[in-house]
Amino acid sequence: MKILVPVKRVVDYNVKVRVKADQSGVELANIKMSMNPFDEISVEEAIKLKEAGVATEIIAVSIGVTQCQETLRTALAMGADRAILVETSAEIQPLAVAKLLKAICEKESPQMVILGKQAIDDDSNQTGQMLAALLNWPQATFASKVTVTAGVAEVMREIDGGMETVEIKLPAIITTDLRLNTPRYATLPNIMKAKKKPMDVMTPEALGVDVTPRLKTLKVVEPPKRKGGVMVADVAALVDKLKNEAKVI
Amino acid sequence: MTILILAEHDSQQLKPGVTNAVAAAQKIGGEIHLLVAGNGCSGAASAAAQVAGVTKVLVVDAAHYAGGAPENLAPLIVGLASHYSHVLASASAYGKNVMPRVAALLDVAQISEIISVESPDTFVRPIYAGNAFATVQSADAIKVITVRATGFDAVAATGGSAAIENIAAGVDTEQSKVLRQELSKSDRPELVAAKRIVSGGRGMGDGDKYRQLLEPLADKLGAALGASRAAVDAGFVPNDYQVGQTGKIVAPELYIAVGISGAIQHLAGMKDSKVIVAINKDPEAPIFQVADYGLVGDLFTLVPQLTAAI
Repeated sequence: MKILVPVKRVVDYNVKVRVKADQSGVELANIKMSMNPFDEISVEEAIKLKEAGVATEIIAVSIGVTQCQETLRTALAMGADRAILVETSAEIQPLAVAKLLKAICEKESPQMVILGKQAIDDDSNQTGQMLAALLNWPQATFASKVTVTAGVAEVMREIDGGMETVEIKLPAIITTDLRLNTPRYATLPNIMKAKKKPMDVMTPEALGVDVTPRLKTLKVVEPPKRKGGVMVADVAALVDKLKNEAKVI
Repeated sequence: MTILILAEHDSQQLKPGVTNAVAAAQKIGGEIHLLVAGNGCSGAASAAAQVAGVTKVLVVDAAHYAGGAPENLAPLIVGLASHYSHVLASASAYGKNVMPRVAALLDVAQISEIISVESPDTFVRPIYAGNAFATVQSADAIKVITVRATGFDAVAATGGSAAIENIAAGVDTEQSKVLRQELSKSDRPELVAAKRIVSGGRGMGDGDKYRQLLEPLADKLGAALGASRAAVDAGFVPNDYQVGQTGKIVAPELYIAVGISGAIQHLAGMKDSKVIVAINKDPEAPIFQVADYGLVGDLFTLVPQLTAAI
């Protein structure tokens, strides 16, 4: 079975972003970019399924600027077999991403698409569920364990009160949560090998998808800063502050 | 304008977050309806009818809505959506699972985790782990929105008297089924609704020490227990304790962070708390930059002292 793994190029998770002075967005020039951490978990899970003999081919997909090729090469170095870049410099919102991925699914006919549950830049947490809707496939979001047997996936999901295990019929969408696995590092020989793996480049137009944004960002601002607090010397001073100053106990 | 809110419930009671979504709907303006979908959920429907500001409760009671399967819920909501200007849900695991599916079927954008309503089509939402706030405007005919509970003060859960209307169930897609749930059992308040939270990080050392030190403190304060991602990943506590960008977003009156360094992903989940206390041995820990009261020292000495002193 084929697995499709979408990967997004985002600001590295260690970077604290700054808002641009003109409030048009956040400063992205000369900022370290990496694969969205949840997407690394998706790639790892697909590789594990291939190593277990469940999957036969892993296709990594990215949507965005030319530099997304680097993100795809990382996925290939981890163990994906080939890559597809939908190249565009336009702003692509989650609904458009889902439509582009649907078009690719129709060409490639994967049995499973594994996506990160959210991207750490826009924090939307939408694309997997939207893709499932557009394909009319079942979904298992926030996955913490995946087992595949004969046309069915059993997925343990992280929910607000604990864990839930669902059974979904394939083809299906899975979105990954933090504790599904620990992504492997790409080794140097695999990074070299990844350079020779195939990468197709196409455009949204070629896929026949209208990617016009539906949401207009009017402004982006810094959140209100918390006022600096005080250090207290000991527990007695802390309790005094909580009782008499903050009045919360 | 009429607004539909998908109400999360456990068949008997509404989940925390629903009354915050109603508050957001009141900011948008217009009539407010709640949708209660489940199996044997008349108790939850009665609870929904009492929520202040709600005029109608739509109830659909059928076996295939028991587990909250998004494959069944989304088409149901889409069938109702043409009567509404906005469809809302709390940004809980339940709401996040279902609502993007609704939005895609309606061919509209979803506006995730709003924290403020500027106008009926313009909303503020945090991006980049809350390090920036984006004001976004939707051009879609139906606005599909998830509401971050900490952004809106909950309306009263009682005092209303909405009409209850039973509606016909949609089809069972049979695409998914819930096999089992393992829910954390606790007498403590729910994390997202708690007025006080005691939260532990990697500095707790292990799960036993986490429980030995933090449970007595939480008991004394009547607080919920939370954790950083590091503590969850290390297996000290279950996943549903996690506070942060991708865990639970909380804003209690008092948040006590013990042995938590304060990664931006953790701060994203708790920095709207009214009063933050940090206890950490490292005076340089970033948690102190957001703490109202910082105490540097050995938490294994300080936490028992604190428990004894309050």
